[in-house]
Amino acid sequence: MMQRGSGRRPSQAGGMGFHGPAGGFGMPTQKAKNFRGTLRRLLVYFRPQWASLIIVLVAAVLGTVFNVVGPKILGLATTKLFEGFLLKLEHVPGASIDFAYIGHILLILLGLYITSSIFMYAQQYVMAGVAQRTVYRIRRDVDEKLARLPLKFYDSQTHGEILSRAVNDMDNISNTLQQNLTQLITSVVTLVGVVVLMLTISPLLTLVVAITLPLSLIATTVVAKRSQKFFAEQQRALGELNGHVEEMYNGHKIVKAFGRESNAVSRFNELNDTLYDAGWRAQFMTGMIMPLMMSIGNLGYVFVAVIGGIMVTQRTIAIGDVQAFIQYARQFTQPITQLASLSNTIQLTIASAERIFEFLDESEELPEAADALVIEQPRGAVAFDHVRFGYDPQAPLITDMNIDVKPGQMIAIVGPTGAGKTTLVNLLMRFYEINAGRILVDGIDITRLRRGNLRRMFGMVLQDTWLFNGTIRENIAYGREEAKEAEIVQAAKAAQADHFIRTLPESYDTVLNQEATNISQGQKQLLTIARAFLADPEILILDEATSSVDTRTEILIQHAMTELLKGRTSFVIAHRLSTIRDADLILVMNHGAIIEQGTHEALLANGGFYADLYNSQFAARVPTEDVLTS
Amino acid sequence: MLRLMRFLRPYRPQIALILVLVFLQSLANLYLPTLMADIVDTGVVKGDTGYIIRVGGVMLAITLGGTICAIVGSYFSARVAVGFGRSVRGRLFAHVQGFSLHEFDQVSTASLITRTTNDTNQVQMVLVLMLSIVVSAPMMAVGGIILAISQDAGLAWVLAVAVPVLILVIILLMRNAVPLFRMIQIKIDKLNLILDESLTGVRVIRAFDRSDYEEQRFDVANLDLTDTAITVNRLVAILMPFMMLVLNLTTIAIVWFGSIRVNNGDLQVGAMIAFMQYAMQILFAFLMLSMMFIFLPRAAASATRINEVLDISPEIVDAPDAGPAGDQHGYVEFEDVTFSYPGAEEPALSHISFRAMPGQVTAIIGGTGAGKTTLVNLIPRFYDVDSGRVMVDGSDVRELTQKDLREKIGFVPQTAVLFSGTVSENIRYGNPTATEEEVRHAAEVAQAAEFIKDMDDGFDALIAQGGTNVSGGQKQRLSIARALVRKPEIYIFDDSFSALDYTTDANLRAALRQETGDATVLIVAQRVSTIMDADQIVVLDEGRLVGVGNHRELMESSPVYREIVLSQLSAEEVA
Repeated sequence: MMQRGSGRRPSQAGGMGFHGPAGGFGMPTQKAKNFRGTLRRLLVYFRPQWASLIIVLVAAVLGTVFNVVGPKILGLATTKLFEGFLLKLEHVPGASIDFAYIGHILLILLGLYITSSIFMYAQQYVMAGVAQRTVYRIRRDVDEKLARLPLKFYDSQTHGEILSRAVNDMDNISNTLQQNLTQLITSVVTLVGVVVLMLTISPLLTLVVAITLPLSLIATTVVAKRSQKFFAEQQRALGELNGHVEEMYNGHKIVKAFGRESNAVSRFNELNDTLYDAGWRAQFMTGMIMPLMMSIGNLGYVFVAVIGGIMVTQRTIAIGDVQAFIQYARQFTQPITQLASLSNTIQLTIASAERIFEFLDESEELPEAADALVIEQPRGAVAFDHVRFGYDPQAPLITDMNIDVKPGQMIAIVGPTGAGKTTLVNLLMRFYEINAGRILVDGIDITRLRRGNLRRMFGMVLQDTWLFNGTIRENIAYGREEAKEAEIVQAAKAAQADHFIRTLPESYDTVLNQEATNISQGQKQLLTIARAFLADPEILILDEATSSVDTRTEILIQHAMTELLKGRTSFVIAHRLSTIRDADLILVMNHGAIIEQGTHEALLANGGFYADLYNSQFAARVPTEDVLTS
Repeated sequence: MLRLMRFLRPYRPQIALILVLVFLQSLANLYLPTLMADIVDTGVVKGDTGYIIRVGGVMLAITLGGTICAIVGSYFSARVAVGFGRSVRGRLFAHVQGFSLHEFDQVSTASLITRTTNDTNQVQMVLVLMLSIVVSAPMMAVGGIILAISQDAGLAWVLAVAVPVLILVIILLMRNAVPLFRMIQIKIDKLNLILDESLTGVRVIRAFDRSDYEEQRFDVANLDLTDTAITVNRLVAILMPFMMLVLNLTTIAIVWFGSIRVNNGDLQVGAMIAFMQYAMQILFAFLMLSMMFIFLPRAAASATRINEVLDISPEIVDAPDAGPAGDQHGYVEFEDVTFSYPGAEEPALSHISFRAMPGQVTAIIGGTGAGKTTLVNLIPRFYDVDSGRVMVDGSDVRELTQKDLREKIGFVPQTAVLFSGTVSENIRYGNPTATEEEVRHAAEVAQAAEFIKDMDDGFDALIAQGGTNVSGGQKQRLSIARALVRKPEIYIFDDSFSALDYTTDANLRAALRQETGDATVLIVAQRVSTIMDADQIVVLDEGRLVGVGNHRELMESSPVYREIVLSQLSAEEVA
């Protein structure tokens, strides 16, 4: 008997949903651009486990061979039995069934089958380790790659795309390695073994069975071709329907407010009907494959029974051989269907592997020089020396920037929302490489510094706070690994966060949930400030509080930030007039470019963009002037 | 899962037909070995070639018939299963549309989305399998057993041993493996979470030079997942080889004991060969059935999640005697309103009373958590009050139909939501009958005309799903235009100017003032500057009303208001 798909694990991605027991059969195939190259590269991952892999290979081959030989040997017993039976029928004196012979044969078979099962088990057992460890290594490589990629990569791709590679594509590989690889081996061995054994029994009957082969090929290709079309339609309809559901649920409040529930439902029903039309056709096509193949198998069965029967009467073949042949004919179509479906799955897997390898081949951050410097006692001086930069070098945002910031000075960045504060962070922390000129920290070109050392000199407190799924203590301690409990609490106190933390049910051990929705936006900002206190950097980049924070928390944040700024060089994305006027230097940014720089007075006197901005933002408050005096 | 089966009710005739077809198909498959036995026992033994060919013809006809049954059967099961999916999905979506915000808070939007999409697909897929494998397996098994017994009852005991052994092993194995499969899913989710975090937090991770730490965190989760995956796969590895062994041992037993019976003249050789084939078919049927154990737990979980949603009855429904409002236009009144979110210890609003009049701007201000958004959500009856009354145009909102009530209101939410479609479709969402001129005008008032003009197709420019191709400020302005085009009696702006820069904000407010005319306007705001010139300001603090009046009055009378003003304006005011 043959090896079937051992407990196909349901797809973990979940998105595809529909495909049934026929596996990836009939699904639209994504072709890899470079099949051979990708395959070769995938094989490299197996290298550390080549010994195990050989065991798998040998076990699979032996297990299958022993199994395939079975029916032929069993046939010998049947033949003997039939001979004895015929003799008895003809009342030949002393005729009886040769039980010694049959028993002997059956014992051999018993041994054969047990050995086969042991080999099969061994093969799957070892393969589990090989497959999962291989996937583990690829996953690790992907994760390590993430750390070496420049920020440019992250900014040019959506998280969804990167995640889809790391999750869905990885899943495809994992499933294929676990199940389909050994299936491929056993299918091929079964097919070859069955053909060889059939030929040794009777070339004529083999020919009869072979006639059904083109039939199965035609059936599979015709159905597969048609079903691909319906599957593609189904995928599209499903995508549209899911999109509609997402929109209507996310915008539920609006749907309700504007009384458009019935429109939403009727649009949904339209999409649902389209999905149904494509869906049942695709399902029908896939559903047809199994019975079709079974029927073709039955056809072979009938032919073998009839022709084999006639041949037995003519004494050109033994009855046991016909019985063996019937079993083989049944086994003949199955590996063919399986291989057809496998080739599809393997295509998909290689395409997935290719996407992962493309990712692993993305160009990385410039490597650090072997003799990269470390500033032991940083002071916090920052200088831009003829800096030229643009995300697209053809369209520079900064053409010739020169600033000289002394330790402890404050630089205010001013401009309309989205004016390009990220650009500044990107350059200072060397997330992006500049096109020309130099950026110096304490007089040393930052490209000569160890990246980690450079970045540790900076602290970031931005509006889009980033906290991870872990306890509050862990999140604050992110600022410094070896921080002691007392230091963490002290940092929280300095950031005015200690009080609210202690009101939480688990205090410092409160676990922030996945979206950190169990604390407010303002509280998140306080935590990031605490983190910065603990990290104790020489230079700060910070965002002033925003409208999404209530007034009381805003005051807390303001106090904490003022405290944090003391004695540090700082770049402040400023919204408050007082901050701007106190700044040692103002950088005016618009559309990502630095368009003006200077002190408050100098810029006002200039009458440029800053003056306009100042007048529209703050002079518009004129009607409020009597407010406080009243 | 069973409870969802009620959606299959309309398909009862088709299902009956499928059962018949599957039964015929199973019979056809099972009948072939019987005929084969006849060929051997009659044709071969007697050397009757003509008989062999005749029986062969019958076998061909049966094969053909079986094939037709199978194809017709799979046609109907495809339509039934996918149709079932469509019904469940449609019912679920329509049901969810009736939900109030409370039910959305309760289940969470993301979860409702997965339930409507993924979970319905899961149950549909399992139904497909059920209609093919699950239905045919018992038929094959029962039919096979009957035929096997009729062929030779004396050998049937071999099956009586093999089948229970097989079932026992499947059950034992699955009981151990299914929880492990679930564990794997949890560990994959954990790994993805870490990965997601290291993507969103990439700047912070690098700023703090913690890449090594993140790598280690990932590696721990990765190893953990790998270990579990190896364990479960090794466990499942035993399934197939063991089944094959049972199958093969059964064959050996049949031949041995069959031979003895042949020797005694109780059994024919052809019958024995047929018996072997029945045994194969029966055991294979159980094998296929065992595959269901992998899908069934997931589908059962999905079905439970779907039923949970269907079991929720919307809290807010129109009163049976709901009627249209009185002749007044734009009167909003809170009479001693107290409201708490379900499960909350403290009310979000307590004893709120105030009136908003047509032609007036009423502003609502207070810190986060003061209850501003909650307050305005009560007006369109997104939630129902615990006590007191919310009156619109002289009627309690609970006495109006939701449709009538909401037609009076132009609502602009805190986070602007746009739908995929053109700019003009999005604005027209507020009023499907609006003319092009009205749409244009609304866009102008909302200060959106200019950026719309700059877009490639102007008013026909496409907004991507979730409005990702327009900025936050642009979204807010379109969402304001959508409310304006409705020309409602009551406007509600829930902190809707936060993403606008000061210049746009000022221009917008000036234009709005003209446009809203004698409508009632309620504005929720964080910035004092936005609302200082309102006719009436309502000050909230921790769910309580602590002041009503205009700016000048409140500066005198309300310490909370004064504190808010001072914290925001002190620095700038000096200028």
